[in-house]
Formats: sequence, C-alpha cells, structure tokens
Amino acid sequence: MSQKLPATDIVIIGLGWTGSILAEALTRTGLNVVALERGPWRDTSTDFPTTYAQDELRYHIRHDLFLRPAQETMTFRNNANQTALPIRTWGSFMPPNGVGGGGVHWNAETWRFLPSDFQLRSHLVQRYGEKFLPEDMTIQDWGVTYEEMEPYYDKFEYLCGTSGKAGNIGGKKQAGGNPFEGPRARDYPTPPQRQPYAPTLFAAAARELGYSPFPQPSGNLSQAYTNPLGVALGPCTYCGFCEWFGCGNYSKASPQTTLLPVLVRRPDFEARTLCEVTRINLDGSGKRATGVTYVDAQGNVWEQPAELVVLCAFQLFNVHLLLLSGIGKPYDPHSGEGVIGRNYSYQVTSSVDAFFDNKNFNPFVASGAIGMCIDEFNGDNFDHGPHGFVGGGYMGAVQTNGRPILGTRVPKGTPDWGAAWKKAVAENYLSSYEAATHGSCYSYRDAYLDLDPTYTDPLGRKLLRINFDFHQNEMKMSAFLTDRLAEIIQKMGPRSIEKNPRKGPYTITKYQTTHTCGGAIMGADPKTSALNRYLQSWDVPNLFVTGATIFPQNAGYNPTGTVGAFAYWAADAIVNQYLKHPGPLVPS
Amino acid sequence: MSGLSRRELLAGTASIALGAAFARSAAARIVSGASPWEPHAGVPPTPVMPGPWQFFNGEEATTIEALVDRLIPPDPKTPGGKDAGCAVYIDRQLAGSYGSSRGLYMRPPFMDGTPEQGSQSPLTPAMRYRRSLAALNKYCRGAYAGKSFAELPDEQKDKVLTGMEKGPIQLEGANAKGFFEMLLSNTREGFFADPVYGGNRDMVGWKMIGFPGARYDYRDWIEKHNQPYPLPPVAIGGRSAGKPS
Amino acid sequence: MQQSALAGLLLILGVCAACAAAPVRPAKPAHDKQSFAEIERGRYLATAGDCAACHTDPGGKPYAGGRPVETPFGMLLAPNLTPDRATGIGAWSDEDFVNALLNGRGAGGTRLYPAMPYTYYTKMSRDDALAIRAYLNTLEPVHNEVKSNQLPFPFNIRLTMAGWDLLFFHAGRFQPVAGKSDEWNRGAYLVEGPGHCGLCHTPKNFLGADETDNVLQGSVLQGWFAPDLTGDPRRGLGSWSADDIIAYLKTGHNRISFATGPMSEVISDSTSRMTDDDLKAIAAYLKDQAAPKESPPAAVSAQNNSMRSGETIYVDNCSACHGPGGKGITHLFPALDDNPIVQSKDATSLIRVTLEGAQNVATQAAPTGPAMPAFYWKLSNAQIADALTYIRNSWGNRASAVSSGQVDDVRSEPTQR
Repeated sequence: MSQKLPATDIVIIGLGWTGSILAEALTRTGLNVVALERGPWRDTSTDFPTTYAQDELRYHIRHDLFLRPAQETMTFRNNANQTALPIRTWGSFMPPNGVGGGGVHWNAETWRFLPSDFQLRSHLVQRYGEKFLPEDMTIQDWGVTYEEMEPYYDKFEYLCGTSGKAGNIGGKKQAGGNPFEGPRARDYPTPPQRQPYAPTLFAAAARELGYSPFPQPSGNLSQAYTNPLGVALGPCTYCGFCEWFGCGNYSKASPQTTLLPVLVRRPDFEARTLCEVTRINLDGSGKRATGVTYVDAQGNVWEQPAELVVLCAFQLFNVHLLLLSGIGKPYDPHSGEGVIGRNYSYQVTSSVDAFFDNKNFNPFVASGAIGMCIDEFNGDNFDHGPHGFVGGGYMGAVQTNGRPILGTRVPKGTPDWGAAWKKAVAENYLSSYEAATHGSCYSYRDAYLDLDPTYTDPLGRKLLRINFDFHQNEMKMSAFLTDRLAEIIQKMGPRSIEKNPRKGPYTITKYQTTHTCGGAIMGADPKTSALNRYLQSWDVPNLFVTGATIFPQNAGYNPTGTVGAFAYWAADAIVNQYLKHPGPLVPS
Repeated sequence: MSGLSRRELLAGTASIALGAAFARSAAARIVSGASPWEPHAGVPPTPVMPGPWQFFNGEEATTIEALVDRLIPPDPKTPGGKDAGCAVYIDRQLAGSYGSSRGLYMRPPFMDGTPEQGSQSPLTPAMRYRRSLAALNKYCRGAYAGKSFAELPDEQKDKVLTGMEKGPIQLEGANAKGFFEMLLSNTREGFFADPVYGGNRDMVGWKMIGFPGARYDYRDWIEKHNQPYPLPPVAIGGRSAGKPS
Repeated sequence: MQQSALAGLLLILGVCAACAAAPVRPAKPAHDKQSFAEIERGRYLATAGDCAACHTDPGGKPYAGGRPVETPFGMLLAPNLTPDRATGIGAWSDEDFVNALLNGRGAGGTRLYPAMPYTYYTKMSRDDALAIRAYLNTLEPVHNEVKSNQLPFPFNIRLTMAGWDLLFFHAGRFQPVAGKSDEWNRGAYLVEGPGHCGLCHTPKNFLGADETDNVLQGSVLQGWFAPDLTGDPRRGLGSWSADDIIAYLKTGHNRISFATGPMSEVISDSTSRMTDDDLKAIAAYLKDQAAPKESPPAAVSAQNNSMRSGETIYVDNCSACHGPGGKGITHLFPALDDNPIVQSKDATSLIRVTLEGAQNVATQAAPTGPAMPAFYWKLSNAQIADALTYIRNSWGNRASAVSSGQVDDVRSEPTQR
C-alpha cells in the first residue's frame, strides 16, 4: 500500500537533459514542479572532480556513473527464434543513472538532423519509389519539419554554448561549415574547437578528394561562455576523459553546467533523488494520469498526485514505464498493430584503423567532440540509386581519447599478448589512428520492444525485452561508408589500414553507442505512433514523453541535439497551448 | 507491480494523505533552493596497499604471477606483468566488487544463449578464477609430468596459453577460452590502470607507450602538431605514485 | 589567549567597580510603525546589517534565533528577535530595542557581548533602529527559547562587559565627514555602521576588541582569514576598481576573486540585495582607504626548493582550472595572479579551500556557483605548503611562504567549517 503525498501541479520523471529543460521551462509559469530521479544527485566538484575523474578503470570499465544492471536491465534477442536473455553486464550501450542523466557522460557531439530526415518516408518514396525500400522497413515521417524545429535547435545550442562553424545561415552557404546542413538562423554561440594533428590531416585528405570537411559541432566548449540563463561554462582543456566520464572543469555542456544552478533556485521546484517511479497512475477511464507511484531508497512506496506528468527518463525506461503502466496499445509484431514498443532503432557505426610511420598524434590530447567530419554520405545527400540501400552517416577523424586500457591498437595479425604484442602496442600508440563512420539505423517491423515473459527486476516488474538485429540495408550502408572513409584515410599516407564495417548479427557485448531510439514514437497517425506532434500521448492527454523515445527511426547523427530541440519544442507546446487549454492538442 | 489489477492498485492508493513533513522524512534526498555542497566532498579511490594476498591462496598467487608475466613478458626496457603489479591488481579486484559481480544482474534462470547475448554464467569472476586456476594446474600436471604451470619453462607456458586462447586445451569444469579472455583483459587493466589500483607500478605501462596519465590540461598542446609531449606521466596519487617502497 | 584575557578582565573588574548605564533620554514622538515605507526601510536596514546571518538558524524560522555564533572566547547562541512575547522581543519597548542596538544593552540593562556588533550599530540613528524594530514586529512570532550565554566561566559573567565597554565601546551616531561627497559618507556609514565590516575584517586585540590602528587590515576568525580591505595594492583592494568591488558584493565574484566561506552568506543574504547606489557608495569609501605604510614582502626565489616543487604540483593539479599563467577563467575560476586573497598576510583561507574544497556563492545575478574540489586526501601538508608558496610568489605575486606546519594546523582542527 502506498502513502499519498500532497498533490503537485507537475511531476517530471527523470532529471536528465529533457527533464531539466522541461523543469526550467515549466517553473517559469509559477506552477509547482516535482522531479523524481531514480539515481543520486550529481555535482561536478563532488562527483567528477579534477582530482580523480581521470580514472579509466573506474568509469569506463567498471561503469561507476552508470545504472547498475542489478537495479534495472533488459533482456535481448536478435529475433523471435531465440529466447531473450538478460543483459547481465553492459556492453553495446550504457544506460545513464543520476541527475544529469546521459548529459553527464556523453561525448557532447551536438548535431542537427537533415531536413530530409524529418520527412524520411515521403522523401525517399518520392525520389526512389516505394519498391526501393525494403518491404519490412517501417520508417515514417515525423510530423514536423526541420524549419519548425530550427528555432529549438538554436535554443538548445545556445543553452549549451555549442562550438561550431555554421555551414548554412539563412540559406547562404558558409565556407568551412557543413554544406549539407539545414539552414540556420545564426552561427553557433562559440567558435569551433581548435583541432589536433590527425583531424587536420584527415581534412586535407578529404579536400583532395573533393569533399567539404568541417569541424564537428561540440558541446565541449572552445572558450568560456555564459548562457542565456546566466550560467557560466569554461573552455575545454582536452583532457581525453570525456565519454563515460563527468567533466571536472565545467567545460562540457550538461544539465549540471547549463541548467541545474538556475533550476534549484526556483522556489516552486523540488528534486527528489533516489526515488524510482514504478508506475504512472491512471484514473478509471484510463484516459487521464492522476500522478505517479514511486519507491524511495528505503523501499517506502509513495503516491505523488499531479495534474500533468512528463516522462523524461532514458529512452528504454520511458517505453518500459509506459508498458508497465498500461498506457497505449503494446506493439504486436505479428499483426503490426499497437504502438508502444514499435519502431525501435539504434545506430550503425564502423571504423577504419590506420597505422602510420613517423607521425605523432598525441592521442591523449582529446575531447569528446573534437574532429573534422564530412557529410557527403549522410541521409539522402547522395544518390542511393546505384547502391541499393537507403540511409547514411557522417564520417571523420574524431579524437576522443588515448586511454591505454581500451584505446590502444595493434595491426591485424599481431598476437594479443606476449613480447610481440608489447612491442607493437608501444610502437603504435602515438602513431595509429581510428576514424569512424556514424550511420543511420532505420526502423523495421521486427525491431521492437516489449515485456519479457520470464525475467524480472528487484521490484518484481517484468524486464523490458529488446528484439533487434541489423538488416541488410544497414550493413550495405555500413560497408559503403567504411569504403568511402578508407579512401580518405588512404590519402593520409598510412603504412597500413584496416576496415571494420559493421556486420551482423547485432551483439549486445561490444560497445557501439548508447543511441537507442524509438518505442513510443511521434507521428501524425495514432495507429502508428504513440505521441502526437507535440510529444503528447494520444491516449493520455495530460502525459507528455520526451527523449530519443520519440524518434520514428534514427538518422546518421548523434541524437542529443535533436533530443534537446524536441524538449524545448514540447515545453513550448505545454506552456503556450496545453496549460491554457488542457486537453488533446491534436485531434486524434 | 505489473501483476496488480487496476482495482487493486486503486484500492491501494486510496490511503492516508500525508503532510509535506512526512515526505521529507522519506529516504530520498530532496534538493531545493541551492545545489547541495559540503567540504571534503567526493569519494576518491581507495589506494591498494602492499600486503598479503587478499583473494589468492599460495599456489593461485604463484600461478597468476607466472601467467601475467607471460601475457606481458619482461624486457630490458619495461617490466613484465608481474613486476608491474598485475597479479596484485587482479587479486584486489577479485577480493572486491568486481570479483563478486556486485551490481550485475545475477538473477536466474541462467540459460546458455548465443554469443551475441553475452555471458549468462552464474559464476562470478572470483569463482571462475578459483576454478580455472585449479583446473589449469591440474591440466599442466597431467600434461607435463607433474609440473604446475609456474614450474614450466617459458616456451611451454606459452604453448599452454596459446592452447587455451585458440581452443584445443580444455580445462576440467571451466571454460578455458573464456577464462583466457577474462585473464587477458584483467592483465591489461592491471598494466595500464592508474597505479592506485595496485598495478602499473611506477606508471611503467604508461611510460612504455607515452601516455601522460591523469593530466587534465593540454590547452598548450592542441595545436602542437607532430611534436612529442615532454612531461612525465602523473597518476591520481601524484608523480611518484605507485613506486614500490 | 584565554588565560591572559581572563587576567585582563579581572583587572578591569577591579578598576571599574560600578559602571552605571547611560541616562535615559526623553522619549521622542512615536513613529508610525504601520507605515509601509517605515517597515520597508527597516527591512532594508536589517538586510544591510545582515541580522539574519546570526539570528536566523539555517533550516529555522526567520529571526527565531538559536544559531551558534563562534567567538574567540566560546560559543553564544543568537537570541530570538521575533515578536513572541515569551521567548522573543515582543515584550520589549521601543526604547529597549534602541538601547540594545545602539548601546549594547539588553532588556533590563544587561550588557550584550560584542559578538552582537553594537560597537558598529551604534553609528546608526535612532530612527534607523526604530525602523528595524517596525520591520521585526511584522515577522511571524516564533516560540523558541534561546539561552544565549554559552560562554565558559568567567566570560559568562556579563558584568565583565562593563569594563570592556569602558575601554573599547564608543557610543555615538555616525558623523559625516566634511569635504567628502554624499556618496562617500553614505559608504562610510554603511561600512562603519550597519555593514559592520570591521567585525570580521579588522584584527582584534587579545580582549577581542578592534585594533584601532589596523582598521580593516584583515583578521582570522571562525577558521578563515577575512582579507584586508585597505588600499594596499597587493593584499588589499588597491588593485581593484570600484566596479570590481561592486561586482563582488552584488554577484559573488569579480574578474579576479570568488567569494566563499563565511563571506558567502554576507553576499547572498545582505550585499547582493542592496541597491546599486549603496554598493557604489561602499566601493567609493573603501577605494579611499589608504594603504598601511608597510614595505612589500620579499619575493621567495623561484629557485627555492619549495617553489620548484610547488610549480610541479601546480602544473599537475591546479592548471586545468586556474590556468598555466594563474589567470583563471572569467565567471568560473578565480585568477590567482594579482589576487589580494592569494597574497594575504595570513594564508589560513587559502589552506582551508585547498584542503576542503570551496563553493563560490551563487546569486541571482550569477547563479553558477562553481566549486573547487577537496585536496585533503591527495596532497600532503608539505605539498600544499609548496604549492601555495609557489602560487603566492609566481607571476606578479609576492607573499610570505607557507609552511607545512601551518597546513597541518588547519588540517587538524577538530571542527568542520
């Protein structure tokens, strides 16, 4: 039996990027906001100080800042012929935990999606015809256009102080930026990062081949910056402890460094940490959320009534909670009906390793989002007709770290141990390089999330089940991108290169990215989406859902820029439309 | 909770309404008004102190030292795994939360799956080391006239290791290949992790490759292209951290 | 310190057998206590006087008292100033209140301890005191019985204050200085009166009274060194502009320095809530304070072993925030170069922030509140001493070296502050 607390106006589930953005916007209205976060409070100088944040073993290998699978995990299988089994230790992705969420330990690669990404289905059908798409591909248009999203991308970038060089301002191409990006109203808030050696060689090689390299847009700032909320960030010091780590000197954009200092001062805001929401409660009609039930660190169960619920947890947990709460029709891959769990997607990455003589790359001088990239092969930026696949990604020399336990490399054929290994590691550490492609992952009928029939978490709830494998389309794409990247790397003059295109089956054991997407997607049709264009649940109008959960499919970019933009978009809709006239914002 | 019917849940929530004061006594940390901060904040790593083995028994310790010294052999320039402290590192890790799989999902049922589904073993690393080291020595005594692994000449040690790595050697009651992979990972960790964890003594691993360690400011170096970095490595414990006493 | 203070007090007791209270003045016409303007004026003066810093217990009701106040002679608990008749000052007359604020006398004429800075508040006018009373009268009455006097014997004998007051207390309203601007005089009034800056920033003699020859030259209290506020170009405000002073008081930091420790509360509860004109006045007054006539300290040579060791420690541990040249980052990390706090005569504050970490106070104007991590576990006393010696003598800085004994003193203090 739970104990009922005094009602609040708004409950926010999860205090990561989107939870913080929503809380900041909603507390301006004078309404009371309670944010419930499963993990602990996290603060820069307490939890990732410059005195011990530089610990590869603790943070990258022992996952100190991440959720523990013992607290919550998922089961996984490639296809319906298998029995899903628990992910007992993280591999392919690392779910965040604690205030700040993934914003604490991301690489801060801050991209916008392409205009064509938002109308993906209609665009591809128009250009290539319906038959060009695999029969079981379930991509959809988003229901919004890039033009509508542009001001919200801008808002997120200026919140973060993103460092970059615009490629298209108001329709006019800008030299040095990404020529393929959608038009933006103004340049980035801070100049692009200065580049280390290897990215400059990559850029020169790319130019030789006729491409237009540009600096990767970075949430690790090139200079000190004060954002529109008055919060100050510092310049990145290229420490090389970025992804998987918290930033010790306030130079990586995160909720901690951009929003929380202002948010905690709002008198109508309260964060309750170490509180796990177990259910979104509905009234008798099933069409109205009455609040949430949560469990605190002692196991006490509380009911928090609220007028409005915003579900801002990490993508997988959003879907899990919707399924456990009985909100929306669960997806059935056989009938193709239902929406919760539908259109789960991921990211398709690959790499090219290159070994050089007489070059010193100082790989440890690094930052999460520093590098030079090209976008010629992303989205539909090139003619797919001759190639027999759709989708694409950016590629580049992105120098994120030179950490020795996991970041050393030896040429293929070198033994994994012994004197030969030792010699090769020492010889190649400073002079080898890994370049990467970062490709899209489209949605398929058989890629979905549901509840596992067998395994449960410590609270006795069924685990989320991930049903996912790579499709031929994505593997063709990856091979193509990897070949294009290899051509550029070859021009840099290496002694040898090795191509590592993404191959199936998808394995849960090797880290790729934490860009899990979809499962409660936005769209124009309640039959094939869980949320309307304002991220409002079609089924429960006083529930909004944020995060990469809303993506109908994933594009060839890191998702956080788009996640942040949509958080502002939803905040706008709630403040300017919903609060004035509570109810469905789009007729269903 | 997922098994409750709506009726049960509603009945459960039609309960006592409580004041805000009660909410504050709940085991949550409530943050409001200011960012919480205290002096002496943070949880720095606990340094591994030299001393008796905390996990390995006598023969296990001898075996591990021999193993790590073949995986990363000594040479005139750089110590091998043993002198770098890899065995000590592994010992302390197995005695701690890594060894006991704390934080991992260890609920049954345990069923074999595909390689893509990852390890489904109910055995913790501590259990696996225990079993595998015993099985390894049993194998060696059988194959090499009563000699344990540590007693073999180096070439034979390497032969055994290769046999585990590539598959032909089976260990009784243990997965040889799986153990080899785990051991190799842990040995590399021990060689390259911060010395605070007992390995990478005197930062020999970092010195070998030219990694400056726990430094945090390379602003003066970002645009020094193709130039060697001149400063010695630094550990979380300082410039002389991990020096054997 | 306490032994000689005891001897001093006994001597004073002997000297001053019977000290009568000042004669009571005839009552003036009653003020309009209900006037909004009066109450608001009182609220502002209470803000300038930072009464809440002692009289509001963190987590307690406003002005309900009970907060411990640490003095060199022991602990006091600040009284309850709410209008509660039984445990607050609800039963006091206006004259009682004026007498307390301006003359250091509680109800019934009992002597207050100068931890209650009547020695400064005496410069306020009677009207000011009455306005504050009018404001306090609007507060929620809180029943909170506070036994203020927690001092050990013999300091707990209030009568001993009679002699102390005779020697050190000069009652009297603020007198504007002719020839100085209105702004200067307003600043002087604020600093010497309600602002009571000297309570922390003026060194004290062994009896706990101001060293009147060394006004605002810095003082150690509650484990921190409150810095020099004179015009000293190295250790005081000589290198700060008026704008620097204003920014510091209003936002909690300026282009060089970031407030932390006990000054945090002064800024968040008092100065950040004062008008820009008042902050300008304070700055104008402080900028006009002469530097003490002292020769600058000799620089510690860069070849000195401590300096060499300190440089290595600095590069490895401090540079990532404070920068290789000690310039810091605007709005985020203090500059160490040309920083008067870094070059203070007394290094207590520097040692404390290095050991424990420090958080910059967050204000409405500057909400970031960046914090420095704690180094107590990472660096030894000798390492901290060398690093601080290096910082105090590098770039443009010059100050005395720091010894590992000094670091140990701060590290071994039992009380966490």
